[in-house]
Amino acid sequence: MKITKKEVEHVALLARLKFSEEEKETFVKQLSGILGYVEKLNEVDTSNIEPTSHVIKMQNVFRDDVVTDSLPREKALSNAPDKTEKFFRVPKIIE
Amino acid sequence: MEYETVIGLEIHAQLLTRSKIFCGCSTKFGEEPNTQVCPVCIGMPGVLPVLNKRAVDFAIKTALATKCAVNEYSIFARKNYFYPDLPKNYQISQYELPLAIKGNIEIVVDGNVKKVGITRIHMEEDAGKNLHEGIEDASHVDLNRTGVPLMEIVSEPDMRTPEEAVAYLKKLRDILRYLGVCDGNMEEGSFRCDANVSIRPVGQKELGTKAELKNMNSFKFVQKALEYEIDRQKELLEDGKRIIQETRLWDSNKGVTISMRSKEEAHDYRYFPEPDLVPLVINKDWIGEIRNGLPELPDAKRARFVKEYGLPEYDAELLTSTIAMADYFEGCVKLYNQPKAVSNWIMGDLIRELNENNIDIADSPVSPQKLTDMLKLMDKGIISGKIAKVVFEEMFKTSKDAEAIVQEKGLVQVTDESEIEKVIDEIIKANPDQLAEYRSGKDKLFGFFVGQVMKESKGKANPAKVNELLKKKLQ
Repeated sequence: MKITKKEVEHVALLARLKFSEEEKETFVKQLSGILGYVEKLNEVDTSNIEPTSHVIKMQNVFRDDVVTDSLPREKALSNAPDKTEKFFRVPKIIE
Repeated sequence: MEYETVIGLEIHAQLLTRSKIFCGCSTKFGEEPNTQVCPVCIGMPGVLPVLNKRAVDFAIKTALATKCAVNEYSIFARKNYFYPDLPKNYQISQYELPLAIKGNIEIVVDGNVKKVGITRIHMEEDAGKNLHEGIEDASHVDLNRTGVPLMEIVSEPDMRTPEEAVAYLKKLRDILRYLGVCDGNMEEGSFRCDANVSIRPVGQKELGTKAELKNMNSFKFVQKALEYEIDRQKELLEDGKRIIQETRLWDSNKGVTISMRSKEEAHDYRYFPEPDLVPLVINKDWIGEIRNGLPELPDAKRARFVKEYGLPEYDAELLTSTIAMADYFEGCVKLYNQPKAVSNWIMGDLIRELNENNIDIADSPVSPQKLTDMLKLMDKGIISGKIAKVVFEEMFKTSKDAEAIVQEKGLVQVTDESEIEKVIDEIIKANPDQLAEYRSGKDKLFGFFVGQVMKESKGKANPAKVNELLKKKLQ
């Protein structure tokens, strides 16, 4: 499967990543290669196999509706690049 | 040209669990910002979400109450997008295999019953809250709401008028409240409504281009926003213009919908199955257990109130609008078997006082016992209907028993004939002109004399006796 430069640019935009022209060309090649490799799976006949979303044979893992301790606010905010005493601070969002 | 409106609604309902959907943080509203957060809900690396069982129970309840088919097998998915209120940069939701599909709700508009289809119900987590006001050059983020369990309920495009949309919303909210799964508070945002609206020439099969309306946080605004949007679209088409598919925000101050261009770009959420959560399998036993625990729902209760208590539809509708109100009514009827009289007092004086004082009926200072004791005093002729209004007001203010108030204030009805006659004689003497007119054939003045006597006796005279005696005296 061939990935186009346009697709690379679209995915980059969605992921908020900025690439040089050179990098884009590299990714066109690399992503096409990866997809081509994965495409090999299409050679397997899966017509009688249920699609799966999970490889582990497990289902219905629950927790009870019980409140447990939250983080102290100071800790919750400690990794943020910008913050106030109470809030995470981000560039102004224009709606 | 004649147009037909097509409306579909997407509801986001916050589930009334104590803890969040994938972690143990509290869901309590209005707490200090960023104090109900943990590594799971603020998206620290290496953590694992674990599904809250009660949230699933609530979603199944809702599915059954709206006649949906619960999928035996459903999975969670990641919806990927960037926004400051979404710390993981994806929202855990359900996409291809939602919890439930294909249900319906019955609504009544102008006496016509209509079924509105429900396409799907799925579970997801809420995002945080961005704050902008009064902050310069920045926005603030509070993540307390991040991870609060939500249920998204998507309707079919079955509604044709704003009135139908509001009726659907109200019915859905009543059902959720009956089930105890959501408090249905639109102002606080625990019950949110987005509307897809389009118009098409009458007779056309294909749907027109739709606009998605957001930010309508009351029933009134939903009605107004839809009305505005329908007019806007009609005008565009009539001017030969095109409708653009877009998200529009309702501005309640200006009373208009405004295009929200910023959100148009890249509606590509790249959903994929959430690898951190295992599939959800809901078997028949689980569904049966939930079904057995379902309360009587609004439609069934309303029908029963009409049948069992002989109430008019209108009364039944109002009395069953919340479980608390219905319970209050039935509490009264158990003590005093006059359903219509009880209904009148609840719908009139009680609801007025409750609304004026902003009190929930479950906390009413006048209990069913107190209200019915007062009604019994009326039946015994101890107080008149007019005095009962005074007694009721006093009961509401003081929570005292009706009998105590009647004693204290000397409100016992006067049935003693000689006492009433005395008052009548005075009134007749004081109004010779009216008496002459009445005797010359002006029958209408009878009411005037009754009024004067009642006024003079401060409402305590037995009205039946007053009528009877007045008739004799005036001849």
